Amino acid sequence: MPAMGMTTAMGDTTEMMAVGLGHYLTVSAILLTLGVLGIFLNRKNVIVILMSVELILLSVTLNLVAFSATLGDLTGQVFAMLILTVAAAEAAIGLAIVVIYFRNRGTIEVEEISTLKG
Amino acid sequence: MIAAAAFYLFAAVLIAAAVMVVTSRNPVHSVLFLILAFFNAAALFLLAGAEFLAMILVIVYVGAVAVLFLFVVMMLDVDFAKLREGFQRYAPVGGVVGAILLLELLLVFGTWQFASDAAGFRLNPAPAGVDNTRALGRILYTDFVWLFQLSGLILLVAMIGAIVLTLRGKTSTKRQDIAKQVARSGSVNLRQPALGAGLGAIGIERPPVEPPPGEKPRQVEHAGHGHDHGHGGHH
Repeated sequence: MPAMGMTTAMGDTTEMMAVGLGHYLTVSAILLTLGVLGIFLNRKNVIVILMSVELILLSVTLNLVAFSATLGDLTGQVFAMLILTVAAAEAAIGLAIVVIYFRNRGTIEVEEISTLKG
Repeated sequence: MIAAAAFYLFAAVLIAAAVMVVTSRNPVHSVLFLILAFFNAAALFLLAGAEFLAMILVIVYVGAVAVLFLFVVMMLDVDFAKLREGFQRYAPVGGVVGAILLLELLLVFGTWQFASDAAGFRLNPAPAGVDNTRALGRILYTDFVWLFQLSGLILLVAMIGAIVLTLRGKTSTKRQDIAKQVARSGSVNLRQPALGAGLGAIGIERPPVEPPPGEKPRQVEHAGHGHDHGHGGHH
């Protein structure tokens, strides 16, 4: 990966990782693809869709942490914390909506949810 | 060398767990594999030197979010087998989209290059000799204090939103509904009694109660004290 040349450019300030940035990015890309695939595969089960969104956000966090470690810049980790916060809030709100939808309709099939259409 | 081997191990388990999250037949198993994926991602964070984020991931994600998922999955009585009907139908299009996405991402990562002067553009270079948590705290509460407050606001809105969404009004408790009381008519009337007239003169108004058989309704004494003050609303 060309990204490996960064360590020489950064000099001694770079914290040397065990593996290169490219490995982290590859894992993150696979994770994001799996999350998108999960949304497609579980078109009906909204809970698994929420879990797939969590996977996608985890891959983004992994990206930020990998770049942060490679560059030796802590800003990436601060924004990774913001993403974790948003993901937790999204999970709480999403599951609350699922619970009240199930309470009202008795099902959580996403394709049946059409009452919000204009 | 050991660290590299650990990276490959954790990455492999992470991806395998993610695959199982997506394809698992039982959503409870999905949640458990999601927890496994979070643990392995935390290990990857540790290997990258982000110790604080790794601990946050374990505590917040595994301890709160994943357990929340587990609660909801177990609480909802859903026929999950029925929800998987379209699995094979959507698999090809999902596979195509996923393959294209992965290809594009790898294309981008393969040709990625840092600028030669990227080191000079760092916003907060990691200080030497300071551990990760302390360094994060130094910038989080100073340079990024508004971001920190924004995170708190997001969590507050999420908390209030979840409570408002799921709170049900209790029907078992008795509460005073003043508007309903004021708007009430029929069984209770407002009257203008004559001045000085007691209840004996105007009669007691109350909803007719069926007297129990074999028992005469008790006569109410109306003479005596207590009528000269207090009973009329209009004085």
